[in-house]
Amino acid sequence: MNRYPVWKYAIIVIVLLVGLIYALPNFFGEAPAVQVSAAKTTVKVDAATQTRVEEALKAAGLTPDLVTLDAGSLRARFTTTDDQLKARDVVQRALVPDASDPPYTVALNLLSRSPKWLTSLHAYPMYLGLDLRGGVDFLLQVDMKGAIDKKAESFASDLRTTFRDKNIRGTQVSRNGQTVEVTFRDAASLETAKRLIVDQFPDLSTTDAQDGTNWRLTATIKPEAARRLQDAALKQNITTLHNRINELGVAEPVIQQQGLDRIVVQLPGVQDTAKAKEILGRTATLEMRMVDESAEGRAAELSGAPVPFGSEKFLDRSGRPVIVKKQVLVTGENLTDAQPGFDQQSNQPKVDLTMDAKGGRIMRDVSRENYKKRMAMLIFEKGKGEVLTAPSINGELGNRFQVSGSMTVAEASDLALLLRAGSLAAPMEIIQERTIGPTLGADNIEKGFKSVMYGFLAIMVFMCLYYALFGLFSSIALAVNLMLLVAILSMLQATLTLPGIAAMALAIGVAIDSNVLINERVREELRNGASPQAAIHAGYDRAWGTILDSNVTTLIAGIALLAFGSGPVRGFAVVHCIGIVTSMFSAVFFSRGLVNFWYGNKKKLKTVSIGTVWRPKTGSADGTAVVETK
Amino acid sequence: MEFFRIHKTIPFMRHALVLNIISFATFALALFFLFHRGLHLSVEFTGGTVMEVAYEQSADIGKVREAVTKLGYPEVQVQNYGTSRDVQIRLPTQKGMSSDQQSAQVMQALKSVDPSATQRGIEVVGPQVGEELTTNGIKALAMVVVGIMIYLAFRFEWKFALSTVLANLHDVVIILGFFAFFQWEFSLAVLAAVLAVLGYSVNESVVIFDRVRENFRRYRKMTTTEVIDNAITSTISRTIITHGSTQLVVLSMFFFGGPTLHYFALALTIGICFGIYSSCFVAAAIAMWLGVKREDLIKGPVKRDGDPGGDDPNAGAVV
Repeated sequence: MNRYPVWKYAIIVIVLLVGLIYALPNFFGEAPAVQVSAAKTTVKVDAATQTRVEEALKAAGLTPDLVTLDAGSLRARFTTTDDQLKARDVVQRALVPDASDPPYTVALNLLSRSPKWLTSLHAYPMYLGLDLRGGVDFLLQVDMKGAIDKKAESFASDLRTTFRDKNIRGTQVSRNGQTVEVTFRDAASLETAKRLIVDQFPDLSTTDAQDGTNWRLTATIKPEAARRLQDAALKQNITTLHNRINELGVAEPVIQQQGLDRIVVQLPGVQDTAKAKEILGRTATLEMRMVDESAEGRAAELSGAPVPFGSEKFLDRSGRPVIVKKQVLVTGENLTDAQPGFDQQSNQPKVDLTMDAKGGRIMRDVSRENYKKRMAMLIFEKGKGEVLTAPSINGELGNRFQVSGSMTVAEASDLALLLRAGSLAAPMEIIQERTIGPTLGADNIEKGFKSVMYGFLAIMVFMCLYYALFGLFSSIALAVNLMLLVAILSMLQATLTLPGIAAMALAIGVAIDSNVLINERVREELRNGASPQAAIHAGYDRAWGTILDSNVTTLIAGIALLAFGSGPVRGFAVVHCIGIVTSMFSAVFFSRGLVNFWYGNKKKLKTVSIGTVWRPKTGSADGTAVVETK
Repeated sequence: MEFFRIHKTIPFMRHALVLNIISFATFALALFFLFHRGLHLSVEFTGGTVMEVAYEQSADIGKVREAVTKLGYPEVQVQNYGTSRDVQIRLPTQKGMSSDQQSAQVMQALKSVDPSATQRGIEVVGPQVGEELTTNGIKALAMVVVGIMIYLAFRFEWKFALSTVLANLHDVVIILGFFAFFQWEFSLAVLAAVLAVLGYSVNESVVIFDRVRENFRRYRKMTTTEVIDNAITSTISRTIITHGSTQLVVLSMFFFGGPTLHYFALALTIGICFGIYSSCFVAAAIAMWLGVKREDLIKGPVKRDGDPGGDDPNAGAVV
């Protein structure tokens, strides 16, 4: 009755092997490494880069003990930090000839010491959270209202142009918060306008009302369009952050969306928060608008006269006022690249700009209509705008055009950086920030590890003393549980945090419950006079229902934590949930396998080594220990 | 080894009424402290800045406080964190100053007193994050309660579901009461511990109710009270050993886990102690008051007395 078929043992062996392989990389520790990643979207890190790096290292007499290449980054591992530092300089010289325009980012990193064959099986160690390795952690909030406001403004100007083109007269278009309001003189033009909006602006929904002699149309952005817009804004902000963080040369940064309007940025190893914030916090949006060159505009620019309606005043970087129209031509969204260079003819520094198709089309139209007029490039930071440059248009512009004029080389590369670093679709602010020093991280990891280890040892000693051989089986099952937990976390490449380690310790406590249930049950069966084999069988069988119920309820709590938790709570919940699942396997299936292996083949089993089985005096009529008379 | 040599069923339920009154009193007391004193919420909930500063020698808390107060912070909390050389400073958010400026200013002030001061970590949280955490925490709590109730009602019976959940809320409120009374810091990790206790303490009740169901099948002539007493008695060894083992791990976290896991382990300890108590006396007793009967748990045709195999453990079992 207590035998497993061969296939069950096969499952156990396979699971153990796989578990072992994937848990293994966590025990090798970390070695210094140099990481090469692309600093530009146009540059790829591939096999050719690998050859270049390897050749450069060879020439310098350095031999990395492992070079790995994965999607987007190349890492070379060294045995000493000395070699690592030398190697970084060598690679930097080989790959980045011009420091002002780096195609690659070369950063110091740590790489698992695990041997090549493990790495080639895609067995990587768990990723350590910042609380365990030190670094900065930011939570950024994206101003979605700002993004929608801006979109509404651009709809307003689009509608204005469309009505003009279609000869709908006597309209007035204005933005009111996130809606666009249009007034008409007669009902007929309102009808035409409505049809036009349905045809050409599928993202807008309209309502109309009559108000005295005026007909009013209110256009709102449809909820699904607003959602799409917000989503796109968030994605673009994440991309922009990626570009900016690349400049910091951080190995393995984490940039993730959290919730609907938040972004988490984690920079391991970075201690200089001020620098990191400065780069992240360039919460800039780039806009190109026409300079108001009407007489009133010029007057305002030169003598400080009132700014004409439909225009705004901004200062340029040297503090001179520039009067700019409110209508935005293109935003940084449409700008794909900006590179500093030299103009061949005038030999002056310039910045080459590349726009996407939509941006190119707009530039072509704008430049045709506004030949010889000035166009301002504005950067908005924390709601304040500044004119980066306001060159005049000297020809028809297209997808690619250049900005040149009185700039120094430094100014040109600065401008290019500001333009290229990309702009954000919506402003962001840092709402949470944590810095964990590297010593604190090392402390945390040591303390967490100790608490798991001592807890585990204490339970193991107790189980072996209390339940003898069955206690040993339980302890082995517990060790397997811990190994599988680590293996699954490594396979998922989950981030291990201190709360995660706490959950691991707790998982040990909870996992032992199943074994205690089983062992107590077996004892009880023996007490009630069952034969050893029958007692083992019944013990496992009857405990199963209870184990299932109690684990499912615990899992419900774990899933709730996972669903609503964030940050540390989530880190806890992931390990907690996985721990429950692995404990079901190890405590029931695996430990039964061990017991069956040991006792299953013994036909005339007299005793089971499960500690004392105490029997009350026979004949006690009441209570737990009812001994059945046979 | 064998710790529990119980000759007779212990009449737990005989004292149910007295213990329930005590439970209710502690519960009310916990609620009182919770509302009267409130929780000492961590920066994650309240927003603000927390700095961790390390010194080479033991830090003089008084001097640190003095230095920070001089900067014009009316309300500053300074306390040791982990060792005597590490100090944690909590600053309220100040308008017109960024967290960088705040921390730089504080560090400068501290260094002028003792140059060995080094900043080990800083945490800055905006107030809106806190609000969200609170609502999410409540949502998670609600989801756990509802989820467990549905599962238990499905597997057992609504009376058990209700009594289990009441017993669990009792545990949770008492943990919170402890945190309010002693003004221990209530952080996200503690919240996680509280919710973990919720799941964990259901285990207890489930194990006992499982046995109650089994006993109803097995001993057909026992009264409900006897059945419950017997179920608790026969599972008490498992209850204590399991909790003892878990407590071993939790103690290990408490002693070796460092300051971050300190309150986490403390919350779990309280949860474990009250988990045992509440599942024996609160959950089982409430189920008893609610009038759990054999028929509630054993569905299907009830066999008449005198059927063969009256003591058959599987009598009345439904598959």
